[in-house]
Amino acid sequence: MNYDDVPLWAAILISASVLIGAALTFVGAVGLVRARSFYQRIHMPTLGTSFGAIGVLLASSILASMGEGRIIAHEVLIFIFVSVTTPVTLMLLARAALHRDRVEGSPEVPSALGKPSDQ
Amino acid sequence: MSRIFPYPLLTIALTLMWLLLQQSAGLGHILLGFAVAWSASQAMAKLQPHRPIIRRPGLVLKLFALVTVDIIRSNIAVSRIVLAGDRRETTAGFIKMPLELRDPAGLAVLSCIITATPGSAWLEYSPAESSVLIHVLDLIDDEEWVQTVKQRYEVLLLEIFR
Repeated sequence: MNYDDVPLWAAILISASVLIGAALTFVGAVGLVRARSFYQRIHMPTLGTSFGAIGVLLASSILASMGEGRIIAHEVLIFIFVSVTTPVTLMLLARAALHRDRVEGSPEVPSALGKPSDQ
Repeated sequence: MSRIFPYPLLTIALTLMWLLLQQSAGLGHILLGFAVAWSASQAMAKLQPHRPIIRRPGLVLKLFALVTVDIIRSNIAVSRIVLAGDRRETTAGFIKMPLELRDPAGLAVLSCIITATPGSAWLEYSPAESSVLIHVLDLIDDEEWVQTVKQRYEVLLLEIFR
């Protein structure tokens, strides 16, 4: 039950996981700002919700397990819920954007499926 | 049997979730978790959703491994695109992909895989045409992209859900 006595190898592993996860999430955030169209932007948060999240959650799990002296795996549940719910949000946002662009008659967006294509 | 346990997999998964949340596998927690999971599956049965049938459970693990590897690869690929910034021409585009998969659960899994993978997003599905509109961040060859997704995921999903 002591978080000060984490062995060196575990400390290195934990730090590496946090850094990799944080770096991926940061790159995703930069991409979100830099991407030019809405459809390119929806790809960017997935960096943070896939391996960005795994990095941070893995570190949390290892640190808590070391500190408590038994396996702590709440993080598995967090990861499952994040990876199941994020795609739903992204799909809804993308479909709203698609609908708006079609109503506006934007030439960059393909016509609705099931209707005759004009391309 | 099916009336008492309408969703056996759901019941097991919820019980496991309960135990993970409690961080304990004691008998009391197993019984309590099972009671909660059983009530939840009864409520689910009242809603009468489509009941997916998993024919080949072994393939689920194979699919999971495949998706993990692909997500690692696309994390690296998308990071490169972002870091390259304006020096690189963007090749983002839409693709229409015809699908043989029609099972609602299979389609739900496929849409989550495609959207959760950085660099591709599932936009809309048309049951009438049985095809889906996908946005790809780095689109080089439409036909090759469609074939890769069909061979890697759709074949497996067709065998798992049928």
